[in-house]
Amino acid sequence: MFRIHEAQFIAPDVKRFRIEAPRIARKRQAGQFVILRIHEHGERIPLTIADSDVGEGTITIIVQGVGKTTHLLNRLEAGDAIQDVVGPLGQASEIELFGTVVVIGGGVGTAIAYPTAVALKQAGNVVIGIVGARTNKLLILEEEMRATTDVLYVMSDDGTVGEKGLVTTKLQQLIDEGRQIDRVLAIGPIPMMKAVADVSRELAIPTSVSLNPVMVDGTGMCGGCRVIVGGESRFACVDGPEFDAHQVDFEVLRQRNAIYRQREQHADAEFQRDPTKDLNAAHACRLTETGNG
Amino acid sequence: MAEPLPKKDRTKVPRQPMPEQDAQLRAHNFTEVNLGLDEAIATREAQRCLECTDPKCVQGCPVGVKIRDFVQLVVAGEYLRAAAKVREDNVLPAVTGRVCPQENQCEGACVLGKRLTSLAIGNLERFVADYERQTGQIGLPPQASPTGKKVAIIGSGPAGLSCAGDLVQRGHAVTVFEALHEIGGVLVYGIPEFRLPKQIVRDEVDVMRKMGVDFQTNVVVGKTVTIDELMVDEGYAAVFIATGAGLPAFLNVPGEHLAGVYSANEFLTRVNLMKAYDAAHYDSPIYDCQDKEVAVIGAGNTAMDAIRSALRLGARSAYVIYRRGETEIPARAEEVHHARDEGVQFKLLHNPVAFLGNDRGVLNAVRLTKMSLGEPDASGRRRPLPVAGSEFEMPIDVAIIAAGTGANPLVQSSTSDLKTNKWGYIVVDPATMQTSKPGVFAGGDIVSGSATVILAMGAGRTAAASIDQYLRES
Ligand SMILES: Cc1cc2nc3c(=O)[nH]c(=O)nc-3n(C[C@H](O)[C@H](O)[C@H](O)COP(=O)(O)OP(=O)(O)OC[C@H]3O[C@@H](n4cnc5c(N)ncnc54)[C@H](O)[C@@H]3O)c2cc1C
Ligand SMILES: Cc1cc2nc3c(=O)[nH]c(=O)nc-3n(C[C@H](O)[C@H](O)[C@H](O)COP(=O)(O)OP(=O)(O)OC[C@H]3O[C@@H](n4cnc5c(N)ncnc54)[C@H](O)[C@@H]3O)c2cc1C
Ligand code: SF4
Ligand code: SF4
Ligand code: FES
Repeated sequence: MFRIHEAQFIAPDVKRFRIEAPRIARKRQAGQFVILRIHEHGERIPLTIADSDVGEGTITIIVQGVGKTTHLLNRLEAGDAIQDVVGPLGQASEIELFGTVVVIGGGVGTAIAYPTAVALKQAGNVVIGIVGARTNKLLILEEEMRATTDVLYVMSDDGTVGEKGLVTTKLQQLIDEGRQIDRVLAIGPIPMMKAVADVSRELAIPTSVSLNPVMVDGTGMCGGCRVIVGGESRFACVDGPEFDAHQVDFEVLRQRNAIYRQREQHADAEFQRDPTKDLNAAHACRLTETGNG
Repeated sequence: MAEPLPKKDRTKVPRQPMPEQDAQLRAHNFTEVNLGLDEAIATREAQRCLECTDPKCVQGCPVGVKIRDFVQLVVAGEYLRAAAKVREDNVLPAVTGRVCPQENQCEGACVLGKRLTSLAIGNLERFVADYERQTGQIGLPPQASPTGKKVAIIGSGPAGLSCAGDLVQRGHAVTVFEALHEIGGVLVYGIPEFRLPKQIVRDEVDVMRKMGVDFQTNVVVGKTVTIDELMVDEGYAAVFIATGAGLPAFLNVPGEHLAGVYSANEFLTRVNLMKAYDAAHYDSPIYDCQDKEVAVIGAGNTAMDAIRSALRLGARSAYVIYRRGETEIPARAEEVHHARDEGVQFKLLHNPVAFLGNDRGVLNAVRLTKMSLGEPDASGRRRPLPVAGSEFEMPIDVAIIAAGTGANPLVQSSTSDLKTNKWGYIVVDPATMQTSKPGVFAGGDIVSGSATVILAMGAGRTAAASIDQYLRES
C-alpha cells in the first residue's frame, strides 16, 4: 500500500500526486519512472517521477487522463492508497555540462521533461525551455519551468497562450537566429518527438527523446517495451526510456503503441459509464494499513 | 489402510492413470487438467512399489526425496506422515509432484520402468501434498530460537522460497524482496493455472508467513535498493540471490517488432500474473487470440504453456514450430501428450526466417524453412540445418517466441565484486553456493541457467545450509 498524501488537478484531466514511497524517493534520479497498479484487478502502468522529497519519503507524479487506468487514478484523492508502486526504473537522464540545452515538452511530456530540466540547470547548463499545449487550459507547469529555465517559450496550437505555432517552429527559429545549441531534449507525443528529431538532425545537434512504449514488468523480463534504435532492438524499461532521437524508429513505436487501442477504448468507455466497481476496488485500499515502500 | 501386496503380485498391477479433465472441455478452460488421485487409486499405485533395498528412484531425484519410505506410508494409509517424509527433503511437494520432469528424474530411475512402467511417483507426491493441504493440516516444522541475524533473499521463485523456509526454521530473521507484485517467481507468472493452481503457491507462502518470513513485493534490487545498501545500511548479514533467468531471448529475424509477436514471458505474464484469462475482472489486455491462428516458436515447457494458454483464449489453430525433431522435444512428456490431445499441431523440423506484417505493422504470416538434422552439436543433440530452397509462408496472427532465456543483469551490474561468467550468470562454489562477494550466496536459474523447479529448490537448500554456517561462524 502506498498512501497518497496530496492530490490536485493542475489542468483539466491532469493531476499531480504526492505518494508515500520512501525507498523510491531516496534512490530516484531525473529521468526515471515508477510502474504502479492501482488495485488488485488493475493493470500496471509506467509514470515518470516528477519530483521527490527524501525527508518526507514521498515522490511526485503528474498524470494525464488518457484511458481507463489514468482516469481512475485521477479520481483518487489524498488519503487513498495505491496497491503497488515499484521503482525507480529505467536509466537516469544523462546530465553533464553540455553548454546550452533546449528542453522541449509537449502536453504531459512537459511533466516528464521537468525533472531533467532541473538537473540540467543544476549542472550549470544554460537551459532554454519550449513548452507546447493545444490550448491555454492544457498548459501545465509553466511557473515551474520558468523558474528552472533561463528563458521559456510557450507555444499553443490556437494562440490562446504564448505564441501560436508548434514547438518545432520555435526550435527552427532559434536555429535560424544562430543560437548556439549543444543539445536538445524533447518529450511529448510521438509526432512531436519525430518532428524535433528531423529539425535537429540537419545540424547534427545531439538530441534525446523519452519513449513511451507499452510496458508490463519494467525490469527487462517481458520484452514488450522493445523499441528499435539504430536498427537494433532495445528494451525501453531498462536501456531507456531516453534514446538518441536520430536513431529511433518512430514508426515502429507508433504502430506498436496502437496494438491495444480498441480494447483500451472499450475499457475506458465502460469505466466512464460506471466507475463504481473500480472506485470501490481502489477505495478498499484505504482500509488497509501502509506497508513498505 | 491397505495390506502390502505379496512381491510377486506387485508387478501384475498396471500403472494407475491420472484422472484428467476431458481434452475437448479443458481446451477451453483454465482449471487444472489433472484431477488428482483418490485414496483408492493412490493405494493401488503405491502397492506397486518393490521397496528396493537400494532404491534407484531416490538417486534419480535431485533432492533425494525418500521415495520408498513415503510410498510405504501411503500404502499404510498414513498420508500425513507420508507428506512429512517428503517435506524432509522437498518444501514444495504439491508443486514438484505436478511439474517435475519425472521421466528424467525419479521415475526415469525406478527399476519398475526397466521391464514394465515406472511407479507414478510424481502423482503420489502430489496426492500426499494435496491431502495435507485440503485437510488443512500442513504442519509447521519446529523452529530454532531467534539468532538475531538478518538475511535478505532476492527473488521469490522456488530457489528463494526454499532458502527462506530453511533459514527461518534455523531461527534467522528472513526478508524476501520481490520485484513483481506477487510472490512465487515462475510458479505464478510463468506456469499457468491449468497446470499449477496459484492457490497452491499462495498456501505455501502463507505457511512461510506464519513461520515469520517477511515478504516485500515491489522491490527491484539493483534499482530500489542495492545489495551493498542492504548489507551496510540495513544490517543484513547475508544475502541470497535467486533472481532466475528472466531475460527473454528473441530470434533476431526480420519482423520481430511487429504487433502480434510476443516473447513467451510477456504472453504468459499477461495471461497469468495480469490474469488476461479473466478479462471480465482484470484490466490487462492481450492481443486477442479469439479465432486467431497462433504459433509458438520452440518446444520447451514454456512453449507448451504458452500455446495451450492461447488455445484456451480461443485460438482457432495452435501450432508448435520447432527446428528439431520429436525425440529432441525438451518439454515434459506429459505436457506434449496433453497438448496433442487438446488439438495443438506440431510442425517439427521447421524454423522461422522472418515474420511478415501488413501496412499497419501487424503480423500476418511467418516465413518458415524446413530443417534436417546433421551431426551432434556441443549439446549432444543433432544440429538442425536449413534445407535449401524449402522456404514457404504460413499465415498466422499471433507468434509467441519461446526460444529460451538469459540472465537479467540488474543485480549483477549494481553489485561490486560479484563475479559472473561470459553469459552473465553468477559464479558460485557449487558445494556452498558462495559467490565471490563475502556473505553473498546465489542459486537457481541465475547460476545454472534455465533449469527446473526442483533443481532451483535444491540450490536454495544448499545455500541455506551454508548461510546458516556462515552466520554462526561470523
Ligand atoms: C517511461 C514512461 C513514462 C511515462 N510517464 C508518464 C507521466 O509522467 N505522466 C503521464 O500522464 N503519462 C506517462 N506515461 C504514459 C502512461 O503510461 C500512459 O498514458 C498510461 O499507461 C495509459 O493508461 P490508460 O489505461 O489510462 O490508457 P489506455 O487507454 O490503456 O492507453 C492509452 C495509450 O497509452 C499507452 N499505454 C497503455 N498502456 C500502457 C502501458 N502499460 N505502458 C505504457 N503505455 C501504455 C498506449 O499508447 C495507449 O494507446 C509514461 C509512459 C512511459 C513508458
Ligand atoms: C513457462 C515456464 C514453464 C516451466 N515449466 C517447468 C516445469 O514444468 N517443470 C520444471 O521443473 N521447471 C519448469 N520451468 C523452469 C522453472 O520454473 C525454473 O527453473 C525455476 O522457476 C527457477 O527458479 P528460481 O527460483 O531460480 O527463479 P524464478 O522462478 O525465475 O524466480 C525469480 C524471481 O526473482 C525475481 N527477481 C528477478 N530480479 C529481481 C530483482 N532485481 N529484485 C527482486 N526480485 C527479482 C523475479 O521477479 C522472480 O519472481 C518452467 C519455466 C517457465 C518459464
Ligand atoms: S521432487 Fe521431483 S524428482 Fe524428486 S521425487 Fe518428487 S517428483 Fe520426483
Ligand atoms: S525404484 Fe521404483 S520400485 Fe524401487 S523403491 Fe523406488 S519407486 Fe519403488
Ligand atoms: S516492460 Fe517488460 S521488458 Fe520492459
